[in-house]
Amino acid sequence: MANALVRGCLISASLAWALSAQAAGGSFVVPGSKAASEKSCVEPTAFMRRNHMEVIEHQRDETVHSGIRATKHSLAGCIQCHVSRDSNGTPIPVDRPDQFCGACHRYMAVRPDCFGCHATVPTSAALPRQPQGETN
Amino acid sequence: MKMKDKVQPDRRAFLSTAAMTATALAAGVVLRTVAQAEPRSEAADDSVRYGMLIDTNRCAEGCDACVQACNRENGLDLQEKPEGAEDGKWALQKAQWIRKVQVQDNLTGKRTNLPLMCQHCEHPPCVDVCPTGASFKRADGIVLVDRHICIGCRYCMMACPYKARSFIHQVVEKKLTQTPRGKGCVESCNLCVHRRDNGIESTACADACAAEGHQAILFGDLKDPNSPLVKALERIASRQLREDLALNTGVRYAGV
Amino acid sequence: MKRIVYREWKLAPQRYWGLLAILGIIAAIGGLASWYMEHHGHWVTGMTNQVIWGTPHVFAVFLIVAASGALNIASIGTVFGRKIYQPLGRLSSLLAVALLIGGLLVLVLDLGRPDRLIVAMTTYNFRSIFAWNIFLYTGFILLVIAYLASMMDRKLRCYYKPFGFFAFIWRLILTTGTGSIFGFIVARQAYDTAILAPLFIAMSFLYGLAIFLLVLLFAADQDQRPVGQAILNRLKNLLGIFAATVLFFVLIYFITKLYKAKNYELVYFYLLGGGHYTLIFWLGWILLGLLAPLGMVFHPVLGQERRWIVTASFLVILGGLASIYVIIIGGQAFPMSIFPGKTVLTSDFYGSIAAYAPSLPELLLGIGGFATALLITAVGIRVLQFLPESLADEEIDPHFSVKT
Repeated sequence: MANALVRGCLISASLAWALSAQAAGGSFVVPGSKAASEKSCVEPTAFMRRNHMEVIEHQRDETVHSGIRATKHSLAGCIQCHVSRDSNGTPIPVDRPDQFCGACHRYMAVRPDCFGCHATVPTSAALPRQPQGETN
Repeated sequence: MKMKDKVQPDRRAFLSTAAMTATALAAGVVLRTVAQAEPRSEAADDSVRYGMLIDTNRCAEGCDACVQACNRENGLDLQEKPEGAEDGKWALQKAQWIRKVQVQDNLTGKRTNLPLMCQHCEHPPCVDVCPTGASFKRADGIVLVDRHICIGCRYCMMACPYKARSFIHQVVEKKLTQTPRGKGCVESCNLCVHRRDNGIESTACADACAAEGHQAILFGDLKDPNSPLVKALERIASRQLREDLALNTGVRYAGV
Repeated sequence: MKRIVYREWKLAPQRYWGLLAILGIIAAIGGLASWYMEHHGHWVTGMTNQVIWGTPHVFAVFLIVAASGALNIASIGTVFGRKIYQPLGRLSSLLAVALLIGGLLVLVLDLGRPDRLIVAMTTYNFRSIFAWNIFLYTGFILLVIAYLASMMDRKLRCYYKPFGFFAFIWRLILTTGTGSIFGFIVARQAYDTAILAPLFIAMSFLYGLAIFLLVLLFAADQDQRPVGQAILNRLKNLLGIFAATVLFFVLIYFITKLYKAKNYELVYFYLLGGGHYTLIFWLGWILLGLLAPLGMVFHPVLGQERRWIVTASFLVILGGLASIYVIIIGGQAFPMSIFPGKTVLTSDFYGSIAAYAPSLPELLLGIGGFATALLITAVGIRVLQFLPESLADEEIDPHFSVKT
């Protein structure tokens, strides 16, 4: 009983902290990424924090089954914008624990299933006619 | 599950998506990719059916330019042999989308070279047997795997009459943005689907074959009577592999 | 005939827990093996892009086929009204559920993405016999549990007949579905025939009964419960009849195949020139798995001896694994005919018999499935009243009369 009480308190305290951190509007984009220079994400930041997985999942079906790739909700677009680069200009994988996807997901203890298959840095190799900046 | 509702969008869904995209563009929302080319925002539809004609008379012995190009285009060359794997077995375990085959006629001794890959059937057995619907045929006739719902049961590989599919037997570290790849799912030739969606009118293998001067692979729209592909099919006698199964393949072979 | 009394398995605790520990460890090793395979990917197994389904599938299909067959004893009692079989109905149903769970576990743990099982449970393509099987398997488990309840709970006794009948129909459909997984594969010459469905049904009768016999005799022996000669004779005769049935369907399979010129090479591969597949076919499946048990159970003297019946059952199980191995692995190893009338010269992928060697983790996973099934059975008969107190002739045989 006492244990449950302590656990409950701890959970609510950490939840409150997490929520207040969000409410404070702290920015979590990685410095040096394109995203850092943008005013907001493709949707309002608060919306994206909560719903990015829904948005990406919806887009993924459109892309895989219908071949629609030009929308703003593509995972490749996320990576393109949120990836940061080291001093040599080499992109750093977004799922590293100190990077945009990795940091938050580690904090929330949620393992994203994306990067088992998807590239964690933008690669446009082998498609020379594709203009730079274009995403898949 | 969410994936059910958008698997085959009807026309209305497509139009509304297109309209939304257009609105988004007009509103000048932050959008990295200003899509000038229509293909990226248009859903694949069944007014086209992509296919290929492979003229085996032009396919050169010992040439594997198409295979190499496919490997590069789709990041297959980025696969690394796991430490401790045997060479012989690994060669049969790593993913490969095109394989060069040489066959000899038992009667005449005539030798024929050809590349063998997914035949993009109209009635694909792999799609029929897939329990989750991960193996599917796009409206434009391309047969591919939705890795997101593939559970890795490999029934599609059992059912494919061309052994065209590969199971990813290993953890994949390096992959291209345009061709996601990961352990535990099945994949096969997707007729360079990213090129289709970006409005590029060829496949990596066809380009490479042409660059070698062979032009044995002709890619195009089987439904367009004026396409070079249909013109060539009218001119040259061709056939489907495993015609007995009546799968109406998208890939046709001449001289086999 | 007296009222049948069922009792929990009264094994001495150290024996019982020892048995559970052994089975538990084997099952756990199977679990570890599957974790190893999933962690590294399937390259650590013998499976390739040519031989796609390997040893885990041999065990899984064997267990699933045997599961529906294990229910047969209960069905004979319920559907066909044979009173002497009715006391065995409970064990038969328990074993059916246990074997199915063991088999499904192996199948699921071999998936490329077992973590996506929820996808398989929520997204369906009903053109796929696999998708149908998901319903057939889960439905089977639920139905047999209901059937068991009707046997064990007096208040549900009125449902005994309908549940038993329904479960019998369901298990026939289920095995048809399992056979059709292969029967519907038009691409591969070894499959692509409807005869695989009845062949699988015949095999299920045989393998399920063999496992049932062994489990029954072991459980009864450990607990000093008598098993009368009357029921034993019935069961062993049934074993022989089922073995002959399988033999018949194997014969028909090859005759059907042989009728088409395009399959000459396939039949040659299986019967004469297929190297170790031919050996496993003749020695493992036909000789040890069918003919030898047939001879043992129908032998006028040996057939009356319990140890020969046990030996025959063991051989049937070994032969059963050999049969599924030949069907699944052999069927994939035989090269598909993509270019009839032509010989493939250069390709290490097409045109030649595919190489496959089972790896240790695959084998351990399969055996783990077996252990899991037996573990469930052992716990079941220990905690609930599955086993009749006595199967002596005077207790269960309606035709029993004291010989003078």
